[in-house]
Amino acid sequence: MNDFLIVFTAVLLALLLQPLIQRKAGHLWSAVSAVNFVRKNGAFLSLYLILAVVAWMVFMIILPQLYMVDFSFRNNLPLAEVGGPKDVHTLKNYEYLIFGRETDEELLNWLHLSVFLKTMLASIFVTLLDLALCYPIAYYMAQVAKGGQARLLVLALIVPFWVNEILRAFAFRILFGTGGVINSFLIYLGIWDEPFDFLRADVGLYAGLSYAYILLMIFPIYNAIESLDHNQIEAARDLGAPWWRIHWRVVIPHAKPGIASACTMVFMLSAGALAAPQILGGPSSLWFTQVIYQWFNTGGNWPQGSAYAFVLLIACIAFVMTVMKIFKVTLGEITK
Amino acid sequence: MSADVELDHLTIRFGDFTAVNDAHLKIEGGEFFSFLGPSGCGKTTILRAISGFNDPTEGKVRIGGKDMRGIGPNKRQTALIFQNLALFPLMTVAENIAFGLEVRGLNKLARRDKANQLLDLIALKGQGDKLVSELSGGQRQRVAIARALAVEPEVLLLDEPLSALDLKLRQHMRTELREIQKRVGITFIYITHDQGEALTMSDRIAVMSAGRIQQVGDGNSVYDHPQTAFVASFVGENNPLMGKVLSVSTEFVTMDCGIAKVRARNLGKLKVGEEAYAFVRPENLKLSVGAGEGEGSLPSENSFTAPVLAEAFEGSVKLISLRGPSKKPIIASIPNTGDGQHFSQGLLTTVNFDAEQAVALPIGDLADE
Ligand SMILES: Nc1ncnc2c1ncn2[C@@H]1O[C@H](COP(=O)(O)OP(=O)(O)O)[C@@H](O)[C@H]1O
Ligand SMILES: [Mg+2]
Repeated sequence: MNDFLIVFTAVLLALLLQPLIQRKAGHLWSAVSAVNFVRKNGAFLSLYLILAVVAWMVFMIILPQLYMVDFSFRNNLPLAEVGGPKDVHTLKNYEYLIFGRETDEELLNWLHLSVFLKTMLASIFVTLLDLALCYPIAYYMAQVAKGGQARLLVLALIVPFWVNEILRAFAFRILFGTGGVINSFLIYLGIWDEPFDFLRADVGLYAGLSYAYILLMIFPIYNAIESLDHNQIEAARDLGAPWWRIHWRVVIPHAKPGIASACTMVFMLSAGALAAPQILGGPSSLWFTQVIYQWFNTGGNWPQGSAYAFVLLIACIAFVMTVMKIFKVTLGEITK
Repeated sequence: MSADVELDHLTIRFGDFTAVNDAHLKIEGGEFFSFLGPSGCGKTTILRAISGFNDPTEGKVRIGGKDMRGIGPNKRQTALIFQNLALFPLMTVAENIAFGLEVRGLNKLARRDKANQLLDLIALKGQGDKLVSELSGGQRQRVAIARALAVEPEVLLLDEPLSALDLKLRQHMRTELREIQKRVGITFIYITHDQGEALTMSDRIAVMSAGRIQQVGDGNSVYDHPQTAFVASFVGENNPLMGKVLSVSTEFVTMDCGIAKVRARNLGKLKVGEEAYAFVRPENLKLSVGAGEGEGSLPSENSFTAPVLAEAFEGSVKLISLRGPSKKPIIASIPNTGDGQHFSQGLLTTVNFDAEQAVALPIGDLADE
């Protein structure tokens, strides 16, 4: 009876409101179709695009991340106790990263904090090294090389990346190992007698990481520099500027958004790299992602791992935002 | 300080293509010199060779008597104003103007002073902090000039700097450029495809076609005494009449042009029996209505009848198109006296002109317009 009443009133209401809704809907529709996006793609395609993007964002990115964030504030419980009285939110996973166990002698958890700091610094170093290596290449491709040359160069840059990441990392081991190509060659030349352990000195790691992201560094910068009118470079030169000032005052300011977007990507990916540090890192050095991986894997402590991962993510975003602020680049410019 | 510029048998090739072919001339210090020619004839290439962006394939560029080979654009005492201006969009107007001074290591204060001084010169006082994008076309034009003048060059090179402006502004900038040149007293080398610009501003003009310099001279001499068919047809309006040379005297050539026997000034380049052009300017054609004066008079020299095709009113003059022997109509320009006389289509007219005002030249290549 009750159900019937609800349905009945609902139908009645709907009938009463129908003309109003219809009028409003017409209004709404004209407003929607006035939006450029809908006008360009048509109703069906726009709906599909919006739904697809929203679904992608929500299910693949936002929900898992939120889930992970929530996870990071919980205790690591055996399955039986999940949902029980002990399953409450806590800050202890974060506390652990900073202070370690209460029973420890030291105040701070230096072991993990130093790995974290080292990862950030090393990623900055890798980013800067990549920038220094790739800017001249990007400039050459965009402003100096003639059509055919530039295409050949792009090919030479891309083809090595058909080899997969792990294989490439091992190739770097072979290159830099104590019995590796470089050591053998240098010993053969008589530069030194004892092999130098490049891997222990993390040379292999930095080389491997830098190489892994050169394309991500080159192409955004290339795009930015390519859009620079060549006459501006010549005008600066004609006014007497030496090459470094032309770059400093004309090319780099123009390419700044491209440089920022490339550096952001390379920094984020370096800080989040796992395979290269695993394979090329020296025996004593750890990458922060390796610590996270240990928590999830051998440590079996997902909440702890989530907390570490979340800290890394936030730290990276904060760092990138700060740097962008300092260099006066906005997110809008980067996506141009 | 102004320096002279010498092109010594300058040839520039891009692969097999010869963009500049044996250019040989000397531009005096303090001169306003123009290169005039249709688009693609090699003007920019010459300018870039003077400023140091193109190397001569053969020959030399000398500035102030010194061979410029191996001296880069940043080391030459020239300043180039680009066809698209190439102002720096991320710098303010003042920073743009002072860029060359920044390069030379002047401090901020001195740069500011000099920039303000130049802003005064180009009538943009107090606008130094604007971005270039906030200026109008004419203002940008002047900023480009100020930026080039800031480095106190001995030679200023201008690559069609007025082509992007509208007509009124263009005409105004012509006088302004000429005034600036007089004030600063340096050598201006100006490139244009617009003969009006070249004629009004220049001390001397080099007329170019397909990489070759056809004639060098002041405005009067290229206009009144063209040396080649190309110059005659490119500089100003001109009516070519083709014919065969009948006789040659020291002063005049007589030709059979089909519609009439034509007597024209001899420039000493024609032989009897040769094909040639006689050129008469529209303003030198005299029109009268009807088929010849006086009954039974033989068609004398430099006179023919032609029907009117169209009349175009231009204000101070009327341009009358007449059917000639070739597809291209013959154009006559007659002053508008305000008598309301009309040359309506189909009207038969008699055309005549003085032999002194026609010039006979060998068949070269004509400018196609
Ligand atoms: N760097 C170059 N490489 C090949 N051809 C060029 C180059 N620069 C100019 N040219 C050619 O030389 C000719 C003359 O060009 P340009 O000097 O720019 O003509 P203008 O300035 O008189 O219009 C053109 O046909 C052009 O295509
Ligand atoms: Mg040009």
